[in-house]
Amino acid sequence: MNPRLDMDRIIDDRRTRIIVCCGSGGVGKTTAAAAIGLRAAERGRQTCVLTVDPARRLAQSMGLTSLDNTPRLIEGIDTSSGGSLHAMMLDMKRTFDEIVEAHADPVRAAQILANPFYQSLSSSFAGTQEYMAMEKLGQLRRSDEWDLIVVDTPPSRSALDFLDAPERLGRFLDGRLIRVLLSPAKATRPFTKVLNAGFSMMTGALTRLLGAQVLRDAQTFVTAFDTMFGGFRERADATYKLLQAPGTSFLVVAAPEPDALREASYFVERLDEERMPLAGLILNRVHRSPLPRLSAARALAAAETLDSSIPNDDTAPAEANGYTMAAAALRLHAERMSLSERERRVAGAFTSAHPAIPVVEVPALPVDVHDLAGLRDVGTALGSAV
Amino acid sequence: MTARDTDWDGVRLHVVTGKGGTGKTTVAAALALALAHSGRKVLLIEAEGRQGIARLFDRPPLPYEERKIAIGPGEADDGRDPGGDVYALAIDPEGALLDYLQMFYNMRSAGHVLTRLGLVDFATTIAPGLSDVLVTGKATEAARRKQQGGGYVYDSVVLDAPPTGRVGRFLNVSAEVSGLAKVGPIRAHADTVARVIKSPQTAVHLVSTLEEMPVQEALDGIAELRGVTGMQVGGIVINMARPAVLSQEELKAPPDVPAMAKALGTAGLHSTETLAEALADGLAEHARQLELQDRERTELEAAGQPIYTLPMVAEGIDLAALHRLAAELRDQGAA
Repeated sequence: MNPRLDMDRIIDDRRTRIIVCCGSGGVGKTTAAAAIGLRAAERGRQTCVLTVDPARRLAQSMGLTSLDNTPRLIEGIDTSSGGSLHAMMLDMKRTFDEIVEAHADPVRAAQILANPFYQSLSSSFAGTQEYMAMEKLGQLRRSDEWDLIVVDTPPSRSALDFLDAPERLGRFLDGRLIRVLLSPAKATRPFTKVLNAGFSMMTGALTRLLGAQVLRDAQTFVTAFDTMFGGFRERADATYKLLQAPGTSFLVVAAPEPDALREASYFVERLDEERMPLAGLILNRVHRSPLPRLSAARALAAAETLDSSIPNDDTAPAEANGYTMAAAALRLHAERMSLSERERRVAGAFTSAHPAIPVVEVPALPVDVHDLAGLRDVGTALGSAV
Repeated sequence: MTARDTDWDGVRLHVVTGKGGTGKTTVAAALALALAHSGRKVLLIEAEGRQGIARLFDRPPLPYEERKIAIGPGEADDGRDPGGDVYALAIDPEGALLDYLQMFYNMRSAGHVLTRLGLVDFATTIAPGLSDVLVTGKATEAARRKQQGGGYVYDSVVLDAPPTGRVGRFLNVSAEVSGLAKVGPIRAHADTVARVIKSPQTAVHLVSTLEEMPVQEALDGIAELRGVTGMQVGGIVINMARPAVLSQEELKAPPDVPAMAKALGTAGLHSTETLAEALADGLAEHARQLELQDRERTELEAAGQPIYTLPMVAEGIDLAALHRLAAELRDQGAA
């Protein structure tokens, strides 16, 4: 039996400065992050929730029509413990533009912002969102305006992307590869030697593939961006270190489904390799039956007995109705039990492979979270056991 | 009976998308099975390299290679409909790039040099939009591939596409690439791909559960796709619908708890009063849930696309369940 994850202990610990919620898409990461943020704020922390998910409903649940790239104060929370809650949604292009504007003189910045290669890179490169989320997290942390930042990770194909993407973008922007590619003469000698054999074939292939104009745009971009490359690599490194620091807690969010838990497993193992501090697993949307001791098989058998012994409808309508309703309710119960049984089996595969990882279950809600009260309920489920 | 009208006659490429967690891959696999009848050959493509298809069909991870993974259902027991074949292909951008170099320039060896130098990684993950073009390019190529005799190699291709949030960009390849490459081979390739995707030969189906966020995302996705000239929005597949155990009328009246308790007693159960109480609560919750489901269904119906409903499979999806879902899709006219 895994220990229970106690979120209250984590959010009440003033040394916790960053909480990262990760997991595959569709498991309720963003809702979990918002619920944790709200609970922390109402327990006295100056909290900022950074989301990358443009779910309008979630913004509405916090009383905002939409979220933007600036932290907005959330009204209507209980501030009696002295806490506050801000929320913002990452605008990756805007964040990228801001970095460029902050690090280049106005003329060069304008040049970069207008470059087609930059425009594509900043709005659609598969790793930009992850990189910018980490960049924003670093900015918020450095501003020191909040003592707790809760962030959810981008809805990647894989939960691991956000760990790898900043490194990948950093490596690219660092530019050794692209510089060698664009101006082999300037490259360091040993590297050139290795490359020379395949070089013309390679540029030939890329030119055929992308066209000469794309390579020219890339070259212009690289030239204009030159002075910023080092900075990017440093930033990526700094953010990575921030994630390994003691004030950071990782939470893996998963639904009790095989795919989500498989991703969760990979993630747990990866965090361990990277020496990143994992606080535990949030098992979201768990179905539990209020009658756990009446098995599905027994309920179905009873329903069948009732089906075959319904009294005559004309002479005893109320009694007959009781039979019908009871049989239906038993079938419903059986369905719920087998769902809950299956979830337990699926979750068991994870917990037995990772027996030391604290786990907390959040029951499936009949409706999506609509308002602060709904977020508060999720927070309560995450908090200390009553 | 082998020929009959379906809602998507004339469609050769079926793109399946949906919010994460709605069972997009399961629906894509069921649709491929449903299309594989009467000797038809169907290719099921996984675009995101998660090997979900291999797991669904209980196979080892799929390589970058089209291989047969299932036999479609025959319609009659007497062998008049022998069923068809489902082939599967897991696309990764790197494989697609090598494939592209080989197919258009006969340059596979150059591709391997590029791989060794880590430049394929560069070209597929860094050059924006390129990997999308390569993946959709492979799908459209398979959909148009001809045999020597002139007929198509595959009767249908089903593409398990990225989630709704990204599918617009994924499919709108020429717009994606045009910001970057105004001329050049990749641009020409993107334009060819776009012509197939934005034609009546392609339909984009959306998978949703009857919950608020997936429904909202499906509707947003439909609006986005409709905004792209030529893109054909396909059907809406409602997945994991929970069937009603009683009719609306029966559920409307509050359950008669004492009568239920009495019935439970005759079925040999104990503590019938507390049991009846808890079971009645369950019925009330079920009624609320159905009401919510109906509301979400109405919202989806307002989009005006054909709707197919697949039931929740509480035990989890295995091959038998896939066949059951495929039969549902076929009965409802999706294939």
